[in-house]
Amino acid sequence: MELPLIIIIAVVVLLVVFVVGIYNSLVQKRLRIDEALAQIEVQLKRRHDLIPNLVNAVKGYMGFEQKVLTDVTNARAAAVSAGAQGPVQQAAAENMLTGTLRSLFAVVENYPELKANQNVLELQEQLTTTENQISFSRQHYNATVLDYNTAIATLPNMLLAGPLGFAKREFFDAEPEAANVPNVDLSLS
Amino acid sequence: MARESFYDQVSANRRNSFLMAALVIVLLGLLGFTIGWAVFGDPSGGVVATGAAIGLGGLAGVGTYFRGDALVLSVSGAKEVDASQAPQLLNVVQEMVIAANIPMPKVYLIDDTAPNAFATGRDPQHASIAVTTGLLEKLDREELQGVIGHELSHVRNLDIRFSLVVGVMVGAIAILADFFLRFTFWGGGRGSRDRDSGSGGGGAQIIIFVVAIVLAILAPLISRFIQLAVSRQREYLADASAVELTRNPYGLERALAKISGDPEVLEVANRGTQHMYFTNPIKKLEARSSGLMSTHPAIIDRINRLRTLTGEPPLGSSEAATLSGLE
Repeated sequence: MELPLIIIIAVVVLLVVFVVGIYNSLVQKRLRIDEALAQIEVQLKRRHDLIPNLVNAVKGYMGFEQKVLTDVTNARAAAVSAGAQGPVQQAAAENMLTGTLRSLFAVVENYPELKANQNVLELQEQLTTTENQISFSRQHYNATVLDYNTAIATLPNMLLAGPLGFAKREFFDAEPEAANVPNVDLSLS
Repeated sequence: MARESFYDQVSANRRNSFLMAALVIVLLGLLGFTIGWAVFGDPSGGVVATGAAIGLGGLAGVGTYFRGDALVLSVSGAKEVDASQAPQLLNVVQEMVIAANIPMPKVYLIDDTAPNAFATGRDPQHASIAVTTGLLEKLDREELQGVIGHELSHVRNLDIRFSLVVGVMVGAIAILADFFLRFTFWGGGRGSRDRDSGSGGGGAQIIIFVVAIVLAILAPLISRFIQLAVSRQREYLADASAVELTRNPYGLERALAKISGDPEVLEVANRGTQHMYFTNPIKKLEARSSGLMSTHPAIIDRINRLRTLTGEPPLGSSEAATLSGLE
């Protein structure tokens, strides 16, 4: 074999390895996003399942604030149907649901017999943890999206991301407190 | 930016742990060498003793690496719990696990009214977290979340591995030094002196003996100082990481204030395990805790560092008591 041919083959092989490497790393990053999204879906589903139980548990006790309950029920229905409309609409509907749940819990505070009800307390704890898990999962989701979006927008991946069909992904709406990332002070004391 | 600095911290921790372990091993070997030389009367004895000291220290280190967490948990009287026994605790741990993006650790409960917590294990895949029943009773949900965030930060930052392995090595140095000093002062030296009078190498022998004694006194102190300096630093780091996870500095701040205002003493903690806890469980030490020999920074300093994160003015110690609602 002649030298130029060997060089050409070597360059082609290197190029293929290079492209395959980029492709695989991008696929992996994209899978992480899907995984993070699936995690959120599981928790949203859990929240949707818990809400009817809570509504049933408190319905009998609440006299005047039936509107709060119908708000929660409507917001839940909206959130369930928004699930199919993409992350942005879904986030909006879920935030709405979170708001109505907060006002429901605020009303529960006014009913001593509800506050002492073991079933209601348990449901309240379940909903609180689910809500927290949703917001932490969103933090994680946004971190994976940021990682992926940065990867496809920087060289050399940028040159291949378009042709290979890697499109930018959307973030969940940043929650207000997400802007306050603390600075870690590492100075020795 | 924040993420990157977090990865920097983890790699700095790895590097520190490695350096620390290397330094402690060198100290252990040096101590073994001089003691061996002093006791057997020639350098070859020192080489054998070096091997023995490092070998035994290493063995203890490896043993601890794999089984130390189980030992610490059983010494502390911790019992593993599941969601049916402590639903809120398990929920809060689950939340922080998601935020920290680490696997779910095993969760243990210690039946003690003093509020405290610790994490142990060799890596995030083999981690355990233990809290006292007092902690669950006295803290509200947000405060508990802050404490769990702090402990899981120790897990994520690999502090748990560091504290396990280095703790054992520092212990090995202390035991070896102690052994030698007792041996010297309580008649062990007689045998070697008898042998020296025949061989005539008395001068060098006495010098190496003195060196060994000095080293036996200093090495445990030096290794302990290094361990403690790193330990205090990691408490601050874990507090800051906890806020990064919870996005809520107030829960942790209140938890610190409440716990510092709590008069109860954790009975299951001892000198061997005190450095692992959320706050120093031995209250007498806490009083002068900015000192060199304390495992934790003073709680008021920890609270004030958290307050600088949120841009609030630092507190005096009497105001911290008000914050805890305990007065």
